Amino acid sequence: MATIIVVTSGKGGVGKTTSSASIAVGLAQRGNKTVVIDFDVGLRNLDLIMNCERRVVYDFVNVINGEATLNQALIKDKHVDNLHILPASQTRDKDALSKEGVERVLNELGERFDYIICDSPAGIEHGAQMALYFADQAVIVTNPEVSSVRDSDRILGILQSKSRRAELGLEPIKEHLLLTRYNPERVEIGEMLGVKDVEEILAIKLLGVIPESKAVLTASNQGTPVILDQTSDAGQAYSDAVDRLLGENREHRFIDLPKKGFFKRMFGG
Amino acid sequence: MSFFDYFKSKKKNTALIARERLQIIVAHERSKKDQPDYLPQLQKEILDVIRKYVAIDEDMVQVQLDKNESCSVLELNVTLPERGEQA
Ligand SMILES: Nc1ncnc2c1ncn2[C@@H]1O[C@H](COP(=O)(O)OP(=O)(O)OP(=O)(O)O)[C@@H](O)[C@H]1O
Ligand SMILES: [Mg+2]
Repeated sequence: MATIIVVTSGKGGVGKTTSSASIAVGLAQRGNKTVVIDFDVGLRNLDLIMNCERRVVYDFVNVINGEATLNQALIKDKHVDNLHILPASQTRDKDALSKEGVERVLNELGERFDYIICDSPAGIEHGAQMALYFADQAVIVTNPEVSSVRDSDRILGILQSKSRRAELGLEPIKEHLLLTRYNPERVEIGEMLGVKDVEEILAIKLLGVIPESKAVLTASNQGTPVILDQTSDAGQAYSDAVDRLLGENREHRFIDLPKKGFFKRMFGG
Repeated sequence: MSFFDYFKSKKKNTALIARERLQIIVAHERSKKDQPDYLPQLQKEILDVIRKYVAIDEDMVQVQLDKNESCSVLELNVTLPERGEQA
């Protein structure tokens, strides 16, 4: 059976799709058969981030409706082996994802893959609920900012009450905090919530901290998930996060400012 | 932050304010999560009844259900306005 991981946040624009793409690539690079599904019906983005937008013929909703087979809809990634993408549909209405339909597709994927990554849409409505319902694990993408943290807490509430695991009384979904767009300089001068603050408020285990990084935009411009840029801080931070997801111990990096010398501290610079 | 910046910009630590606000709102929302679905409706009806006699604001009625091992306690908190302001 595959492990189903939802990447979710409540709040929009915090880095779910960026994170889904990098986590999926990272898992595949490490030899796991991986598929990443875009649940953002009507607003698909993952295909752009993965640079496969021109190869989309059929989508998730086509498969659910029986208009295409999984084999027809799955797109093989060009960056790494072991990775496939199931794109979202661009035009249909948001309720096109039925629970039964999603379950059927996930079951079929589960026979072929080790990991199924679900890139959730923003919000706490139907689409977001479908993306998380069947999850075994959840990556909660959060920015160090009040509305994002509050929304993450609401999503945690939904994971704990409205998921399949909650409804059937199974072992709860394993929750991971992924703090993204982190800026240690602004934390240092009291302008931004720190890792410890967010960890303490949400009370879930920290999977990783992804720094605010120019490399993310450069990566999305080209359609190469940022984890493939191992010269960048964000790329390295995503690699560490994937290792931790697979149970390895990695020390957290990019949380603290590099230590400045005495003179720099006294006189700035 | 350097020695000189410290004097230049005696700025407020807004991250601290953010943290405190979040701690309060998250605790509040979590405590509400385990409450039964009928509670908001119950609260509204109690409010309507009280308003027949006293003019009070929406947030002057607080209803909460606390569960102990043996029983549940429905806690009802009504704040009435100062005398003289009554309807
Ligand atoms: N670590 C980062 N550093 C800098 N920019 C980032 C970082 N992470 C994400 N971004 C930028 O933030 C924007 C939103 O990212 P993304 O599309 O991944 O968010 P999302 O949560 O999937 O959004 P939506 O809710 O709309 O689906 C993008 O422009 C992306 O380039
Ligand atoms: Mg997205």
